[in-house]
Amino acid sequence: MTGALEVRGLTTRFETRAGPVTAVNDVSFSVAPGRIMGLVGESGSGKSVTGFSILGLIEEPGRVTGGSVLVEGQDLRALKPDQMRRMRGRKVSMVFQDPMMTLNPVLRVGDQMSMAVRVHEKMSKRAAWDRAREALEIVGIPAPAERLKAYPHQLSGGMRQRVAIATALLHRPAVIIADEPTTALDVSIQGQILAEVRRLADETGTAIVWVTHDLAVVSSLADDICVMYAGRIVESGTSEQVITAPRHPYTKGLIESVPSLHEPGRKLPQIPGSTPQLLNLPTGCPFRPRCPRATDICATEPPRLDTDGRHVLCHHPLETT
Amino acid sequence: MLGYLVRRLAQAVAVVFAMSVIVFVGVYAIGNPIDVMIDPGATQEIRAKLIEQYGLDQPLWQQYFVFLANVAEGDLGTSMVYNIPVVDLVFSRLPATVELVLVSVTIAGVVGIPAGLYAGYRPDSIGAKAIMALSVLGFSVPTFWIGMLLIMAFAVNLGWLPSGGRGDVGEVLGLHTSLATADGWSHVIMPAINLSLFKMGLLIRLTRAGMVEAMSTDYVKFARAQGLPDRQIVFRHILRNISIPIVTVFGLELGSTLAFAVVTESVFNWPGVGKLIIDSILQLDRPVMVSYLIMVVILFVLINLTVDLIYARLDPRVRLKGGA
Repeated sequence: MTGALEVRGLTTRFETRAGPVTAVNDVSFSVAPGRIMGLVGESGSGKSVTGFSILGLIEEPGRVTGGSVLVEGQDLRALKPDQMRRMRGRKVSMVFQDPMMTLNPVLRVGDQMSMAVRVHEKMSKRAAWDRAREALEIVGIPAPAERLKAYPHQLSGGMRQRVAIATALLHRPAVIIADEPTTALDVSIQGQILAEVRRLADETGTAIVWVTHDLAVVSSLADDICVMYAGRIVESGTSEQVITAPRHPYTKGLIESVPSLHEPGRKLPQIPGSTPQLLNLPTGCPFRPRCPRATDICATEPPRLDTDGRHVLCHHPLETT
Repeated sequence: MLGYLVRRLAQAVAVVFAMSVIVFVGVYAIGNPIDVMIDPGATQEIRAKLIEQYGLDQPLWQQYFVFLANVAEGDLGTSMVYNIPVVDLVFSRLPATVELVLVSVTIAGVVGIPAGLYAGYRPDSIGAKAIMALSVLGFSVPTFWIGMLLIMAFAVNLGWLPSGGRGDVGEVLGLHTSLATADGWSHVIMPAINLSLFKMGLLIRLTRAGMVEAMSTDYVKFARAQGLPDRQIVFRHILRNISIPIVTVFGLELGSTLAFAVVTESVFNWPGVGKLIIDSILQLDRPVMVSYLIMVVILFVLINLTVDLIYARLDPRVRLKGGA
């Protein structure tokens, strides 16, 4: 199975004044065409930086220091900056968290979208405008011709996020990185967008990396899940495997701390403590101070990779059988 | 839109009216122009006759209403010093100032905005740091001093440019301006550069600040993620977003330079309105002062109105309603 996106050993470091920080540490995963992969983690776990690293949009003082990013078999890290720019939007695209901020407030929706069309394909303004209208139709926006003439502030939040998704889809890229695109929306709108994204992935064959902290969203949307902690992927597998039978204690903690409507009044379990500072990670396993299963070996040895079909980074993974 | 304009114009009339009262009273308080105008040896009869001729024997409020009545008829009064109508006097000097100011704000904009964009785009580069250092000099070193240095360098030592005065005047589209002749340009360029330095420094800093802020916004990241080249991101996405403060300052500077280019006009002996107003204050030429300041108020009101209209063009979220 060749992936639309294959990430191998991706490592991104930031040279901060206090010292180097490895925000993304040896991250590997692959996403097949038409599949949705949920990249789950708390704030500061490196999930957004992973997204930006894939697009080659890491800014100073950060730098991708290792690994490869293959989109349809082509290694993006081997490209020159201008070649990389030509890949963005055409082969790999991105949608952001806050739809209020991602559209330029002083340009009409149609102007922004046709600019994105014409940067990769030579065509008249009129033809680009038509393409933009079709893209809005595809993501389910009513009266798309009028919406193109609107300014972003004249649209609702959900509508704006649809516009952003339509913009990312303009060139039918192989991969879209979606960085928490529904976090800022109402729950009902969120549901609509999720259904739309699922449909688009199935219809267009675009592979989607869905970056989120929200396990509930991911469990209903994603085919596969990678759980990130302190810059590393600590567990990965199909959605069903990871949600129903987590093997890493961190994943289990995350799942248990999702509030459930079925058992109202129950005290919500939490993971004690907070995400470690990347500047001074604990020795051994970075999750050790918060882990109920930690033993002496966890303090001295980096966690062992256990790969019997699934990737788990832990000395004492939970047994599933 | 029309209602907005009408309200704004009504406001403008009120401002002009209030301003005229303040100016009139203020000028009245400065001193009696007759003392400056006539020969100290003149007889008491001549003095009394002149005072009566100019209506200075009447109480202040009465003088003010006479003035208003004359203004209503389009008569802003006659200069006591030059003895010609104030309107003619100001308009004979205005083209010189307008051409000087237009050249200087053009230089400030054409140099300052791109320099500011660059300084914000690569804030850590050596070029950006040099630009920022120069911008500090631009608005902290006094204008008259830079003007004198320019004269020393280019007029006295190098002999490339004339040291002052307005050059030959040519005619373009019925307007008499020194910008129509090469000699005129050689005269205008040095004072224009001198006048532009402060504005340039201001524009550089404003543009840079906006640019730095815009570079970290999500809409710029999103544009990058679509593969737009930086040139397009800067000129099509960012420039318009950051142009509101730039337009504001540009408008205010345009107005204040037109009205008060006094220092540069004095240093370069430029026959503009700035020199006229200073001379008339020294000579207590009351009608010129009052009329000139009222014209300045009208000018500012018009420039502010234009700036507001440009806002609405630049930013679709600005709605023109209400007054303020």
